[in-house]
Parts: sequence; C-alpha cells; structure tokens
Amino acid sequence: MENNNAFEVALSLLLNLDASLFQIVALSLQVSILAVLIAAVLGFPLGAAVALWRFPGRGGLIVVLNALMGLPPVVAGLMVYLLLSRAGPLGDWGLLFTPSAMIVAQVVLVLPILAALSRQKVEELLGEYREQFVSLGMSRLRMMPTLLWDARFALLTILLAGFGRASAEVGAVMMVGGNIEGVTRVMTTSIVLETGKGNLPLALGLGIVLLTLVMLVNAGVYWVGELTRRRTG
Amino acid sequence: MTSMGLAQAAYADDYITLASTTSTENSGLFDAILPEFKEATGIEVRVVAVGTGQAFEIARRGDADSLLVHDTTGEQRFVENGHASERVDVMYNDFVLIGPADDPASISEAQSASEAFGAIASAEAPFTSRGDDSGTHRAELRFWENAGVEPDGDWYRELGSGMGPTLNTAAAMDAYVMSDRASWVAFGNRQNLTLLFEGDEVLFNQYGSLLLSRDKHPHLKHDLAEQWHKWLVSKQGQQAIADFRVDGQQLFFPNAK
Amino acid sequence: MTSFNASLQASSALLPPPALCFDGVTFSHEDKQLLGPCSFNLDGTGPTLVMGPNGAGKSLLLRLAHGLLAPTQGRVAWSGEGRPRQAMVFQQPVLLRRSAVANLTHALAVNNVPRRTRVKLAYDALERFGLSASAHTPARVLSGGEQQRLALARAWVLSPQVLFLDEPTSALDPAAIKAVEAAVREFHQRGTRIVMTTHDLHQARRLAGDVLFLSGGKVREHTAAEAFFDRPVSREAQAYIAGELVE
Repeated sequence: MENNNAFEVALSLLLNLDASLFQIVALSLQVSILAVLIAAVLGFPLGAAVALWRFPGRGGLIVVLNALMGLPPVVAGLMVYLLLSRAGPLGDWGLLFTPSAMIVAQVVLVLPILAALSRQKVEELLGEYREQFVSLGMSRLRMMPTLLWDARFALLTILLAGFGRASAEVGAVMMVGGNIEGVTRVMTTSIVLETGKGNLPLALGLGIVLLTLVMLVNAGVYWVGELTRRRTG
Repeated sequence: MTSMGLAQAAYADDYITLASTTSTENSGLFDAILPEFKEATGIEVRVVAVGTGQAFEIARRGDADSLLVHDTTGEQRFVENGHASERVDVMYNDFVLIGPADDPASISEAQSASEAFGAIASAEAPFTSRGDDSGTHRAELRFWENAGVEPDGDWYRELGSGMGPTLNTAAAMDAYVMSDRASWVAFGNRQNLTLLFEGDEVLFNQYGSLLLSRDKHPHLKHDLAEQWHKWLVSKQGQQAIADFRVDGQQLFFPNAK
Repeated sequence: MTSFNASLQASSALLPPPALCFDGVTFSHEDKQLLGPCSFNLDGTGPTLVMGPNGAGKSLLLRLAHGLLAPTQGRVAWSGEGRPRQAMVFQQPVLLRRSAVANLTHALAVNNVPRRTRVKLAYDALERFGLSASAHTPARVLSGGEQQRLALARAWVLSPQVLFLDEPTSALDPAAIKAVEAAVREFHQRGTRIVMTTHDLHQARRLAGDVLFLSGGKVREHTAAEAFFDRPVSREAQAYIAGELVE
C-alpha cells in the first residue's frame, strides 16, 4: 500500500515539477556530473600513468587506489570538511556549505574509482599494444592518449560507475553541503530529511525520481557509446 | 568551480549561515519565520540543521555565523569559554512521551515525568533512545536519573540516530520514545504510536540564540548575525514564533526576557 | 613542407639500404641463454630471410635487431648515421581499435607528420594495398588477410629504410599470402631492407636474396639464397632443407 503510494507521489512529483524540486534535481545532476568530469580529467591520466610507468612504490599506490574505491562517503566528507572548515588549511576559501564543497567531496570519492579501474584497463591494453608502440618509436607520454582513446568504451562504463557512486552517496554531501534548502539540498539529502520527518512515501517518491534520473543519464551515455562504437569500432 | 550557475546564486552577500538543530528544521519553524525576517531585513538565513553537539562544533570552528540550539548548560559553557559573547533565551518547546496506543506501562496515568519514566523501566517495556549525545538525548538521560533508574537491558535500545529515524524505529518496534513536541507533531509515519504523557514542567526545552565571538572569528558576518539575534527576541520575531502552527497546534513558545 | 614521403623516397633511392651488424650478441632470460653469441653483417640488398626450426630464436633475433629487446651482451649496430627509420609487421597484426584509415593517420601523427599530409598519405597507402573500400571500417572487424595488409600499409606510410616481418603469413590463406609477398617485393623495390622470418621453404625460395639460418639460438649459415638452397654447408641446414626434424 505504501509502495503504491510512493509511486503515485513520484509520478506527481515528476508531472508537477515544481521550482524547488527542479532546483534540487538540477543541483544533484550539476554537482555529480561536474564532480565526475573533474575526477575523469585527473583520474584517467593518473590511472594511465600508473599503468605505463614503473617507479618505486607503484605496487603500494595501486593497493591504495584499489582500497580507496571503498572509502566510506562520510569519511571523505569529514576529510573535506576539516580541509575546508574555517579552522582548516583551506578555510579562507570560504567553500564550506556551498555546492563547490560538495563537488570537492565527490571528486575525492570518485577519483579512486576512475583511476584504479582505468589503470587496470589501460594496463591490459598496453600488454597487447606494447611491441607495436615501441616499434613505432612512441614515448610513454605519447602512448597515454592513444591508450586512453582506445580504451574509450571501457572508460565510459567506468565513468558511469563513478557517476553512480557520486549521485547515490549522501554522507559526504550532507557533511560538507549542510543540506541547506535552496543552496546545497540535493536528492539524497532531501530523502534523508523526509525520512527523518517520517514522510516515507515522499522520501521513497524522491528516491524513485532519483533512480529515474540516474537511469536516463545511463541510457544517454549507453546510447552515445553504442552509436560511436558502431561507427569507429 | 564557483562559476556554477546555482553556486552563483548562493554567493549573494546578504546571507548568514545558521547552525541549528534538526528539531527546529524538521518542524517547519524556519520555513515559517525566515521569510518574515528576510522581508524585514533583506538578510537570507541558511540553516545547517545538525545534532546539538555538531552545531556547537561547527560554530567553534568558525563555520557558521550564528547558533540556535537547545542545551542551556552547553550554551553557557560556550560563552564562558569565549566562543560566544552573548546568549539569550528565545523560546521553548517541550518534550513528550510517545508510545504504543495500548500503553503497556500505563504511563498515561502517571502524575509526573519521573513516574512515567519509572513505569517504563519497571515494566521493561521497549524504549528507543536517540543515543547520539544530542540535546534531546542528554535531556532524556537526565529524566531517567530523576526517576532513579539506570536504563539498561534488552528493553532499552540506543540507536545513535536523529529524532526522525528514532521515531521511525519506535513506530516499527511499538516502543516508547521521548521526542520534542515539534518533531512529533510534524512526524508523518506514526503507525500505532500516540502521545501518552505531556505537560510536566521539567519537560520544557529551552532554546537559546548565541552571538559568536568577534575576536575568535573576525571573518564571520557579525553585523548580519547580530540583526538576526536581535530580531529573534524582538516583538516581531517573538510574534512570528508564536504564530507558527502545525495542524493548528502551537509548537514553540516565545519567552525572551 | 614537401611531401614527407617524397623526400624519404628520394633519399632511400639514392643510398643503399643501411647495413645491420650483430657483434657478439647474446640474449638471456632468467639466466638461460636463448640466443647467441651471434655475429653477422646484413649488407647485401636482400631480402634477407631468417630461417630455422621452431625455437631457433628467429623472432628474438628480429626483436633484437629492431630494438624491441636489448641484447644481454654484444651490440647491434647500423651503418650510416644514427638509427635508420624502421618498421615491423608482426605475425598477429596489432591494430588500434579505430577505423583502418585512423590506424594509418595515428602512425603518421606519432612520427610528427603534419595533419594535412597524413590523410593523403593514408588514403594513398590504403589504395595501394587494396583497402580503399574499407577505409572507415573498424580495423578489428577486417579479415585476417586485410588486417595484415593494413599492417603493411601502416609500415608503408612510414617509408621505413628497414622493414622487419615476423612470420607475416603463417595465419593466412593462399590468396592473402600472395598479396603479402607482393607487398614485400614492392617494399624491396622501393629500396627498403627486408628482414623476414618464415618457416615456409617455398616462400623463402620465392623471396630470399640471402638466408640467415638459425638453430639452437646460433647462426649456422648466412649465404646467398641459391647457395643456401642448393648447397647448404651446415649439417643442421642440410637436415632442415631435407625436411628432417631439427632441434
């Protein structure tokens, strides 16, 4: 009975997309997408570099990256909170309780996933390509963009895994965003808030809206991926 | 990063960040009174609603411009330690005892809060406690002490959660629970729970507003925060608090001196 | 800039292909010596066919010559100044996950050929190797023969002075083998030094200018092709040509 109710709530939320819900949805997407893109710009080259270069401590770095994939969001949130707090080292930037702080926290969460998984994929590809690359006289630096581009479909899937983690987590954004209405309130923190108020159908309805959005993003990326795969192999 | 559209809206200068408790936020009080304050002064108040302990911590670190909480002892210590320059009474609400409608410990017949708490303990009826060192949790522990009971055993469940999740758990377990009235009235998932005991004066829950230290945190928006602090205890602010109703019930009682 | 290819072709037509010198080269892996010591000079016109039974060290020798592996002892040297431009075609062609033409433009980009020249060179090479119709086909869905031709086209656009081929036809059908052999002759005519391994005696007879015969990790014989096939000197080569099992 309650579930039916939640679906009705979700449907009416979607149909009567009011301004405040729209703002929450837009902020959720904006924060998570930006965080994933920033993490990709940093994480993919990092993963490729670890795959390409041999240096002391490389094994340790791989273990750390793999382990950080399981970093609890609330711990990431706490770290970023202490960093951005006025009493912390970057306090002067005044970023705490802003969307920027939420992006930073999600980058911290998503970066290890993108770096660790892309490292694995690039290393696999390098094993296949290495002799050809050396034959072509390519430096390691020159190999990096070629490998990243040839791993593009796997990287797209990795990107989606990162987006999934970013859009689903609540601990970090709650901590550094503060769940301020109209400023840092996103889908997941709204769900926590409504659950706390005992508005379970509304909370579940918001959950369904979030799930729908995540599915739409995934479908879009999958569709783009398939289209280019057919065209470029 | 700060060039984001939504973030930009957030960078309008006339706002303060207020650290406060979930009970005030969840009740809807802020939704009711903040627009009035904004209309009067042009200042937006951004509420970060957390547990009382965390609210103090946020203010101590200089991450909020103002503080509105309900732990009078803690607030006075905060002033003594120099983190805040002034504390004033703003309003009170009260704690109520909630439980399953059939009331196995018969607390609805109790004459005092101590008697009610004692009845729950001697019946060993399931009781869910916040267990999160919040203002409400500290108050609850005080009431057990007043009743001469050491809450312990299978019937006493410490959850380590906020008021909402604790009420949700109590509803699912048919357990007794102590809540602030505002959270209870605004709570939407009551199931078999009902209000069983209220009205004892010891259950009153005083809220205070604190003006944070200019010396310790020179970067804060003290001038704007002071306007908010003064507005809360002004005639207009006190009236706004009194006018706030949920289902026709007044939840907060202004008592500024 | 005048065409990258034109300038290269001019230089390689004027000069003889660079000579390759192995001087006491050995290669060991985990304390096991797999090749050598080898000393020889490749200074004729070729094509040089490297022959020998499986495990003789043919592929190792090619990789040492191309610089994919570093010798454990001794040295690999080239005549003339610096390292000559070279390319290698592998038994299993390694193609990028891109279209056929993009595989060629990538190789050119890596060699700093200007963007505009790249596309023209790539299409010319595709045409030469009969792959024009597949220019935009993902390289990995081409047939085995087409993939090997694409690998040859990739080597072609780089205008190498030396081309190494490691058993390039072992996985192909007769028509595809014919196309690869034709391509090898074309490289040879353009003045590219060919160094190729094969275990196919007939193919060796069709292509070889000289033969480098290996067995047990050592060079047993290095002679002109006719001499090798008609009057092999070493006992191992005699047995190999006679079709015996040689270690």
